[in-house]
Amino acid sequence: MTKRHLEGEAVRAGGFASPRTFSSIMSRMAGLLGLFVLLALSSPAFLRSQNLINVLRQASLLTILSCGMTLVILTGGIDLSVGAVATLSSCMTANLFRVGQPGSSVLLGVATALLVGALCGLVNGLMVAKVKLPPFIATFGMMQVARGCSLLLIGGNIIYGFRRDFRFLGAGVIGGIPVPIMIAAAVVGVIWFISRKTVFGRSVYATGANKRAAMLSGVHVDRALVQVYVLNGVIAAFTGLLYVARLNAAEPGFGDQLQLQAIAATVMGGAAMTGGRGDVTGTAVGALIMMMIINGMNLNGISSLWQQALTGAIIICAVLAENLSQRRK
Amino acid sequence: MQCPYLVQLKGICKSFPGVRALNNVDFDLKPGEVHVLIGENGAGKSTLMKILSGNYMQDSGEIILGGKAVTMDSPKKAEESGISIIHQEFNLVPQLTVEQNIFLGHEPRCKMKLFPNRAVSRSDAGKLLERVGLDVGLDERVEDLGVAQKQLVELAKALSLDARVLIMDEPTAALSSREIESLFGIIRQLTGEGVGIIYISHRLGEVHEIGDRVTVLRDGQGVGTMNVADVVLDELVRMMVGRDLSEMFVRSRVPAESGRKIVLKAERLCVDGLLDDISLEVREGEIVGLAGLVGSGRTEFAKAVFGVLPVSDGHIELFGERVTRSNPRNLIRMGVGLVPEDRKDEGIIQILSVQENITMASLGRLFPSGIVKSSIERRTTQKYVDMLRIMTDSLGKQVCFLSGGNQQKVVVGKWLCSELRLIIFDEPTRGVDVGAKAEIHRIMDDLVRQGVSILMISSDLPEVLGMSDRIYVVRSGRTVREFARDEASQEEIIRHAMGGESCAS
Repeated sequence: MTKRHLEGEAVRAGGFASPRTFSSIMSRMAGLLGLFVLLALSSPAFLRSQNLINVLRQASLLTILSCGMTLVILTGGIDLSVGAVATLSSCMTANLFRVGQPGSSVLLGVATALLVGALCGLVNGLMVAKVKLPPFIATFGMMQVARGCSLLLIGGNIIYGFRRDFRFLGAGVIGGIPVPIMIAAAVVGVIWFISRKTVFGRSVYATGANKRAAMLSGVHVDRALVQVYVLNGVIAAFTGLLYVARLNAAEPGFGDQLQLQAIAATVMGGAAMTGGRGDVTGTAVGALIMMMIINGMNLNGISSLWQQALTGAIIICAVLAENLSQRRK
Repeated sequence: MQCPYLVQLKGICKSFPGVRALNNVDFDLKPGEVHVLIGENGAGKSTLMKILSGNYMQDSGEIILGGKAVTMDSPKKAEESGISIIHQEFNLVPQLTVEQNIFLGHEPRCKMKLFPNRAVSRSDAGKLLERVGLDVGLDERVEDLGVAQKQLVELAKALSLDARVLIMDEPTAALSSREIESLFGIIRQLTGEGVGIIYISHRLGEVHEIGDRVTVLRDGQGVGTMNVADVVLDELVRMMVGRDLSEMFVRSRVPAESGRKIVLKAERLCVDGLLDDISLEVREGEIVGLAGLVGSGRTEFAKAVFGVLPVSDGHIELFGERVTRSNPRNLIRMGVGLVPEDRKDEGIIQILSVQENITMASLGRLFPSGIVKSSIERRTTQKYVDMLRIMTDSLGKQVCFLSGGNQQKVVVGKWLCSELRLIIFDEPTRGVDVGAKAEIHRIMDDLVRQGVSILMISSDLPEVLGMSDRIYVVRSGRTVREFARDEASQEEIIRHAMGGESCAS
């Protein structure tokens, strides 16, 4: 009897690796809901549709960036270079193709940025998979190199005034919904599909969960690693473009904190730093929780001096609570 | 009034979500005896011992130490009460020295309690090593020691805590027969000093050799406790599984024909420092046994064939073709699979599900488009779960929650799913209970009847003799003798494996 019953449950959990992952995501949703109620009670402004859309808009870029980070963390790695890569690729596009000038090609500019991101990711991936450098070291080096290149490229200048159709990507609205929200939803969907429904995604989980057993089962571990870092580089570059489009300005340094936020959102979303455990839908919830916390602090008039310290403390508590509940089983 | 028992466990019950692990189990231990605890994997042996050593809390029932009921709520508490457990996987820090490991967590201190008292710890460590009969330097790093030596370091560590109760979980699983002998000597010496030993084992032969009393667990319940002198082996097996010993080996023989195709041929295969001239052949539909001492190069040979260790000289032919690009991916594509000795680190992926583990090696074949179709995956997995009788309550269950035998079946399922022609089994039934062992043998037999070839590495001689069509003996990285099935005997194999008088290492 019980057997049948449990099997039914596993089927219902669908694409999730195990009922446990499923329940872990459900508990995260519950946390999100709790936070939502709390914020709604603390400030009437929170529930205004304009504010809610605002939160989503702010969370959207972080969500996109964190999707890539989730894949990397699922392999048991980490990528410290995403913020710098986002900056470098968008600055290069801004500088080389003058996306701001009339007559320039948006398409070419976007393609260049993505290519730069892919190249950075490729170097990261090769260093991790082939040279066997620890991901922390490899991507830390890449972060410094990319930062340096951004500075070399445009120095202390700010490039601004981009074409309207380019800015639409970051600041446009369709039917009352900002474009970045739609893009974020699409990216989460695509990455979820890739990670849960493809052979490649399975390799990612297997590599992170037990590299040696995966290799001995014929999983193309090295190739999966390189692909993940390339994909992450592309996503970072894409996020950089969206930032520039939204701010209508590119300057070296706008992405300096992004990698840490992306790591935080991923971990808040339930991914294990040791690899093999986690899910992009969880990450999206994690990013949303982080942005809601910031939004709530703003609405309640908490000084920006306090906000960073509080955010940090909340992240630690959230992950702690998760770990404790996992240990209890 | 002196209590005759060191430990009494009364009416212990423990449930995990969905499973009743222990149901009203009684167990006791007297000073100076070896009490053997046997039962199939998943029978509740480790759970019971984890309760005694403070890793789990029982749901109900009593733990009585020397006549007093206690609450065993942490491993620290158990340690202080004189209970030490030696796990099958050692709890040693490989980078530290022997001495540091022995006193890890309870280093002798100087008066001020600030600094370690080196003089005391050195002399104590020396005495402990002498007591367990281990002849290595105190400053030797643990990672440089062999398995048997590590085990003795564990033992010394337990003794340094003044253990009155010693729990040993399959202490002989990775030892050679000579090492087992000396371990038994130490156990007898300890019991002579009044230490009580709880001895968990899958090797039934050891029950008579070392045990005073034996308790059998089945499905979380105590089936009985007896004096070892009063029981015979077959009876124990029946108590464990409710089945006869004669059912253990189910090999159905097909008359051997010489015309069968050669599937694997290794010629003068060498791996630097590990293998030095291994030559053998495996034919279609054959089980070839590879016997030898632990460390003789059997596992290394399997790894060299599977492309994990680099071949320095000689060559390998598979299905008539010389292997050039040797890596696991390529070999799997050619139709070769390896069921590794180290199941937990190399065979299964613990945190992934049964389903993900079983389809792991055949994703490319099942889903050529690169997109995983859940319905196909589920149907495929269910087929192997049914065929191999893997006991799991769902396909999505994480493999780490299965018992050892079922985990091994998952590894086998992974290779069946990828439709191979040659499977190398390295210690297929180590750490697996009697019932699952018979089933794995049945599966191997089915496989060869379907034309799959098997190379089986095993330290279990009855298994080698019972299952193999031909047997090669390996010593010091060389194949020293080939036997046809009916010429081989345990004595002959051991004689060749040990090299007559001198034991090659």
